[in-house]
Amino acid sequence: MLPPVGSRRRGAALRRRSDSGQRTMGYVFVIGYGILLAAFGVFPTAYAFYLSFTRTGAFVGVDNFSRVFQDYRFLPAVQAVALYLIVMVLTLTVLVVVIALVVHAIRKRWLSTTLRFLYYLPGALAGVASVLLWSFMLNPELSPISGIFTSLGFSTGVSLVTGGNLPVIFTLITFWTGAGGWIVIMYGALNNISDDIMEAARIDGANALQMAGYIQIPMLRKWIAYMGLLTIAGGTQLFVEPQLLAGVSHGAIPPQYSLLQLAYSYAFQQADFSESAALSLLLLLVTAGFAAIIVFRGGLFDRD
Amino acid sequence: MSPQQHRHPSHRLTRLLAATAVAATFALVASGCTSNGAGAIDSKYGFAAAKQVPGSKITVLVDTTRQPLALAFQKEHPEVPIVIDTYDGNPGGSGSLQAKIALDDQAGSGWPDVVFSSQTNDTAWAGKETNGVQPYAAALNKGLLDQSFLDGFAKGANDPMTVDGTVYGLRNDLAPTVLWYDKSLFDQFGYQIPTTWEDFQALSDQLAKDHPGYIMGSVGGGFMAVDAYYWAAAAPVFQVKGNKFTTNMSDPNSVAMTKLIDHMLANGTLTNKNVFDPAFIKNYKGKVLAMPGPAWFAGVIFQNPDSLGSAPGTVGAANPLFWKGQKEVTGDVGGGVWYASSHSTNLKAVAEVLKYVTSSDQAVKLASGLPGYKAAADAWLDQQSSGGFFVGDFKGAMTKAAASVWTGFGFATFSSETAWDTKVNPVIESGGTVASAVPAWQQELKNEAAIHGYTVTSK
Repeated sequence: MLPPVGSRRRGAALRRRSDSGQRTMGYVFVIGYGILLAAFGVFPTAYAFYLSFTRTGAFVGVDNFSRVFQDYRFLPAVQAVALYLIVMVLTLTVLVVVIALVVHAIRKRWLSTTLRFLYYLPGALAGVASVLLWSFMLNPELSPISGIFTSLGFSTGVSLVTGGNLPVIFTLITFWTGAGGWIVIMYGALNNISDDIMEAARIDGANALQMAGYIQIPMLRKWIAYMGLLTIAGGTQLFVEPQLLAGVSHGAIPPQYSLLQLAYSYAFQQADFSESAALSLLLLLVTAGFAAIIVFRGGLFDRD
Repeated sequence: MSPQQHRHPSHRLTRLLAATAVAATFALVASGCTSNGAGAIDSKYGFAAAKQVPGSKITVLVDTTRQPLALAFQKEHPEVPIVIDTYDGNPGGSGSLQAKIALDDQAGSGWPDVVFSSQTNDTAWAGKETNGVQPYAAALNKGLLDQSFLDGFAKGANDPMTVDGTVYGLRNDLAPTVLWYDKSLFDQFGYQIPTTWEDFQALSDQLAKDHPGYIMGSVGGGFMAVDAYYWAAAAPVFQVKGNKFTTNMSDPNSVAMTKLIDHMLANGTLTNKNVFDPAFIKNYKGKVLAMPGPAWFAGVIFQNPDSLGSAPGTVGAANPLFWKGQKEVTGDVGGGVWYASSHSTNLKAVAEVLKYVTSSDQAVKLASGLPGYKAAADAWLDQQSSGGFFVGDFKGAMTKAAASVWTGFGFATFSSETAWDTKVNPVIESGGTVASAVPAWQQELKNEAAIHGYTVTSK
């Protein structure tokens, strides 16, 4: 039996209403984020843009930028952050992927769940608190693992938390606090790979290593790119670690070790918001550049 | 719904967001452009005071050590409306006060009316116009406080906060360095208390030979090395005159102090462990024969059970060390300062708070070091001497030290201490000498001075 004409029209109207209702809901969902993004993302960026080309309200062209470039602390800070980024991003990417693959390959359910929970745990601590924890761990005179440090020849905080050791130490902290979350995400992504494909590979005689190399890692490409994107963005903003560990080194880490610390110094030690904004914009440019490379090379925006 | 339809609303949203951001930027830019620069100088106060609102609330910003004093004021003066706020007190030149004021300047509001800082060099920035905003610190001797009250401070106590005859801050406590000594150890070893740096060094050789493991001081941290050693030795390593900065590491006094430190580091009687480092206490509790250090070591180090926690009747303060044949001068390690805000709308209440926190009976009772206000200092010294904790002429040594701080040391907008921590201490740590690190140390000071807008000169 055909439905009455009226009812069909009613159905269409209903659908339209629910469409517009969905659209409204969409706005409602996005508006909260939109407002926060405008207030704490877009607006500060625009303000930094304004500040970086002006000085006490007057337009000064690129003067603020050239002052930053001429600062004797600028190049060492660039070097420090770059070194840290290289060590950190490489270590994080390789280890996270390997650990996720290993955990995924574990057939014992309880073990795999426990491991994922343990990896995730440190990340659940607030960032500053975990760095504070490390400020005790890394002081050979107080640390519960001081035996390891003394056997490596470090007997004091000043000798350990200094110079060339810093990129490694900061990587250690970043890995400890951040890797767990990524391992869980990678694990989820591995679960998404269809069993059929894995099964087919297994029937073709691929071993675990081959499956990882030819199937799992290529299929994780977007996730790895995504992780790279966020860790680079986070890594260029290195601040809390050197700021807090300076105490362990009794000030051997200079107060302007990283670029963000230098920007902080400009604003709050020299009351120079313009130079601070200029340096922030430079950082934004560099990070955006990295992001563009990863997004386009990593195929992050490609649709399957 | 087609993808086309999907896109339209999101476009509209993007436009809306963009428009909001642009509008907000313009609003902000406009507000940023409004000048809140120096207004007309008020003849009553000697600076451009804000419109006074009698009875308006004032904010008092203190560290936790000074909080009981602020609370005591609140209790004794319920008629003065105050809000007490706390912060870290700016320790070790952390710049947290400067950060707060810089933000308040930028926002054009929110300045604390009265503030305590543990740094003596804040006037370098608080006493001058920043980005077109009038100096944060109010001039205190141009009408806000009477001269008779200001005259009550110890000689030179307010010098670090005085620029061209204008006093911008009141000294909470003096921090001249004296020679702290452990009388029981001196008696046990049969040594004489040294009076000059030369005797001090000679005694260190004796001590190293007779009783290895005992020490005669710490250069851990710039605040000790720079202030209690170089400053106390009248070494011109950090001098500021107006906009000119000088650091002279080859002056005879600088060279002699560098040699003395290297000598004592080598014979093991001087440590580069910071006195606040738990390792210092672990290694040297009961093993400190003598130690040049500021007046506030009294409460913070010797009477503090969490630090060296000496037994009553064992420790004393002797006159500061000096070079044989030279003027008897000493150094100074910090000492807190009280500032008033030039933006305050209730300067009458501000003046009342300032007087209370520096000169009242409670200020003496709650003081952790030698007060800057003379009468309060005398009362505190009597209190300490009669307490029986310290041996010898405690009051005499403190009084002498307070009157002999070397005036050749400068105060700049940057810390005189961080360069030692970044350039010299790591070298000592890895077994090198101070002398080998001096060129890098000096260069760092010059670089810092230049970046902070000083003209670096050699004389």
